[in-house]
Amino acid sequence: MTKKLVVIGNGMAPGRVLDHLFDKAPGAYQVTIFNAEPRVNYDRIMLSPVLSGEKAYEDIIIHDDAWYEQHGVTLHKGKKVMEIDRADRKVVADDGTVAEYDKLLIATGSSPFVIPVPGKDLQGVVTYRDLDDVDAMLDAAKSGGSAVVIGGGLLGLEAAYGLKRQGMDVTVLHLMPTLMERQLDPSAGYLLEKALADRDIKIITRANTKEITGRDGKVAGVVLEDGTELPADIVVMAVGIRPSAQLADDAGLEVGRGILVDDHLRTSDPDILAVGECVEHRGQCYGLVAPLYDMAKVIAANLAGDEAPEYTGSVTATKLKVTGIDLYSAGDFAEAEDREEIVLRDAAGGVYKRLVLKDNRIIGAVLYGDTADGAWFFDMLKKGTDISDLRETLIFGQAYAGGAPLDPTAAVAALPDDAEICGCNGVCKGAIVQAITEKGLTGIDGVRAHTKASGSCGTCTGLVEQLLKVTLGDAFQPDAVQPMCGCTDLGHDDVRRLIVAQELKSIPAVVQELNWKTSCGCAKCRPALNYYLLATWPGEYVDDKQSRFINERVHANIQKDGTYSVVPRMWGGITTPNELRAIADVADKFQIPTVKVTGGQRIDLLGVKKEDLPAVWADLNAAGMVSGHAYGKSLRTVKTCVGTDWCRFGTQDSTGLGIKLERFLWGSWTPHKVKLAVSGCPRNCAEATCKDIGVVCVDSGYEIHFAGAAGMHVKGTELLCTVATEAEVMEYVGALMQLYREQGRYLERIYKWADRVGFDVARDQVVENAERRKELNARFVYSQQFMQNDPWAERAQGKDAEEFTSFRLGHLGKVA
Amino acid sequence: MNDMSMTPKTQVWIEVCTLEDIPPQGARVIRATLGCVALFRTATDKVFALEDRCPHKGGPLSQGIVHETGVTCPLHNWVIDLETGRAKAPDEGRVRTFPVEVRDGMVLIDRALLA
Repeated sequence: MTKKLVVIGNGMAPGRVLDHLFDKAPGAYQVTIFNAEPRVNYDRIMLSPVLSGEKAYEDIIIHDDAWYEQHGVTLHKGKKVMEIDRADRKVVADDGTVAEYDKLLIATGSSPFVIPVPGKDLQGVVTYRDLDDVDAMLDAAKSGGSAVVIGGGLLGLEAAYGLKRQGMDVTVLHLMPTLMERQLDPSAGYLLEKALADRDIKIITRANTKEITGRDGKVAGVVLEDGTELPADIVVMAVGIRPSAQLADDAGLEVGRGILVDDHLRTSDPDILAVGECVEHRGQCYGLVAPLYDMAKVIAANLAGDEAPEYTGSVTATKLKVTGIDLYSAGDFAEAEDREEIVLRDAAGGVYKRLVLKDNRIIGAVLYGDTADGAWFFDMLKKGTDISDLRETLIFGQAYAGGAPLDPTAAVAALPDDAEICGCNGVCKGAIVQAITEKGLTGIDGVRAHTKASGSCGTCTGLVEQLLKVTLGDAFQPDAVQPMCGCTDLGHDDVRRLIVAQELKSIPAVVQELNWKTSCGCAKCRPALNYYLLATWPGEYVDDKQSRFINERVHANIQKDGTYSVVPRMWGGITTPNELRAIADVADKFQIPTVKVTGGQRIDLLGVKKEDLPAVWADLNAAGMVSGHAYGKSLRTVKTCVGTDWCRFGTQDSTGLGIKLERFLWGSWTPHKVKLAVSGCPRNCAEATCKDIGVVCVDSGYEIHFAGAAGMHVKGTELLCTVATEAEVMEYVGALMQLYREQGRYLERIYKWADRVGFDVARDQVVENAERRKELNARFVYSQQFMQNDPWAERAQGKDAEEFTSFRLGHLGKVA
Repeated sequence: MNDMSMTPKTQVWIEVCTLEDIPPQGARVIRATLGCVALFRTATDKVFALEDRCPHKGGPLSQGIVHETGVTCPLHNWVIDLETGRAKAPDEGRVRTFPVEVRDGMVLIDRALLA
């Protein structure tokens, strides 16, 4: 019979228990989860990158709604359990929801410690535990100003870095003389302090907070014991956590600092288990993810009926997630009489390594600046390896252990099978290699899916890749992220993310800061970077024309004989006798050999000599015509049919709407070309359902379609939604354009982008989420104000003149 | 076959333009009797002169994107080494290169080669 398992809390620990449980004993339990947060299970380790803007919430979801559905899990979002009724074996939530259990798993996590100073309850004083905290900080950062972070530990520093990235002035207050004193020795603490100061983060150590001051109920500043006053628009308390054990205590379970559990993670009531930061096991409470995952494995096995696995405690290692600062610490490194240490210090190179030894065994390791050997040291630390034979070269790392330097792949190959590769998830080398061979895995995604290795904080991704290489040999294609080009190992999405996160505003800045392998990029990455910078920093970034493909640089299409074609814009496919006369005159005057009607309802003048282009444009401008951008990764045409103006079947003014859309969208740069069409009725004479964005008018309003194509691939559109008014069409299309501009990879058409990210992403962000839609559209409108200058008019008036003139030998200057 | 190493009997340098007349990471074109010559300027202000004809399908190299000491042809993305005139593998081919000098901010070419 299926038993009932109720879980209180939906953090990473219970999520992991369920992962293992469904793996081992699918269908054995009917699971109900209560989550006080109104969300699914997400990766809390990654909150810092969300705060710094390097990742989005969507990127850190561990279990999406579909997962709960697939496993038949009832998830009560936003419901907090108030009572455990052990007599009746049921729990009761704040809204009255009741769930009965056969087994109960408590995973209430921990609560941030709030220092009891006056002003701690003011608006703007936050902690750093969940997504709501991050949202509050991001909100405060929007208007700039000052932030004070109380606590110079791991979380506090990551919060400080994130807030700095978001543009705030940040001061960190730390009670102790050096930062992260529980994980770092004073030397490493000093190096860290210096590195943070270089990032413009102010650090005050030995800072004892006296009071948080406020104005109108909102935080205004922080006063220290020594009288120092600091202004603050937001105060983040990150001074520590304590297990959330109140609920268990109220239910009469045995509680110390946390909920007391045995080696099977059972509380004093054998039907009630506890996991994660809320427990106290053999006198230890943990606040890092690796021990939680160790516990999860044991619980899942026990629940599945295998009583053998026991939890015996964890040794932990820590990494700081601040981009550009490499810091690793593990074990115990307090000084004591029976201990020795080996230290390597390269102050100029910013490297500091310290190993603490006892009886020829490593018991502690601090690495700063070069953390590559962290896993190797940690492995020996956990195993208690006798290092006598390695002692002389030990500090130089694995590469020098026992002779010739090893390349990174050989170093991984040399690791024993039980060496831990992924510290977050406790996955050892043997398990990864086994998964690769048994499941036929070929890439990093597969390893993540089957073993979880590198799935949490991601810092061991390189090691996992090397394992794939060792195991598969040449068969391994490291294609998890397709690099943008040969100049970098970063993929398009990483580059875009880092452009935003590090506020890179020029191609040289990207090349420099993201460690390009070439001095100034190549013909593949530069056009992409130029687009990303233009789309990210509208009005700020100065377009680099030398990084544009010739067509976009000279605003015409190069032909096979080196001449150009010129296509003036015909708004919605409507023209006038005057425009046609001007086109005819230009064709005569400049002896343009071919005049052709295009598929996009306009006229193409082919075979124009490059030096004639500015004069041709001047004449077309004089008749009121502007560039049709037929050459650009940009808005091309908006095709229309005649709609209600003329057609007896027309349901709406499709021509008028097409013209409005074209006037709204023209000039915008996009990852690839964008073509639209508006049809006046479902007969669809404008062929709207094979366009990037298509509108089909119906009696009741407007169907908005997207992601069609009729080029190399032929693909019908998907329906985005149906709206009632033209104004809504404009807003939805503006938002869709912006979403594509922000997410699309360079040279990725809308249909490919939508296919990659999923059609529902567009539906969620443009249709379901009205607030998001309005933000997207507002960003598009903002960007457009800088884009809608006719490039032809600018060049007809002399811009980039050198582009259109050449030197003739007869006219060359004097003999030198 | 083009003779890449031809040395004129008497070199007569003539001024074409100033260095500033060529955009960095860009090109200008000289129209000469034998055809067009492209003058390239790299990001580090090195100047190269090459026949403005891609060995592949005759594309105007001067219209390509200049990166480091190479140019990518605008027609089919062949990459030509500005120093040697050779196409980057796997493509094969070579365009003529011409001696060029920059003296006191002036770009000079040998008139004999353009006659």
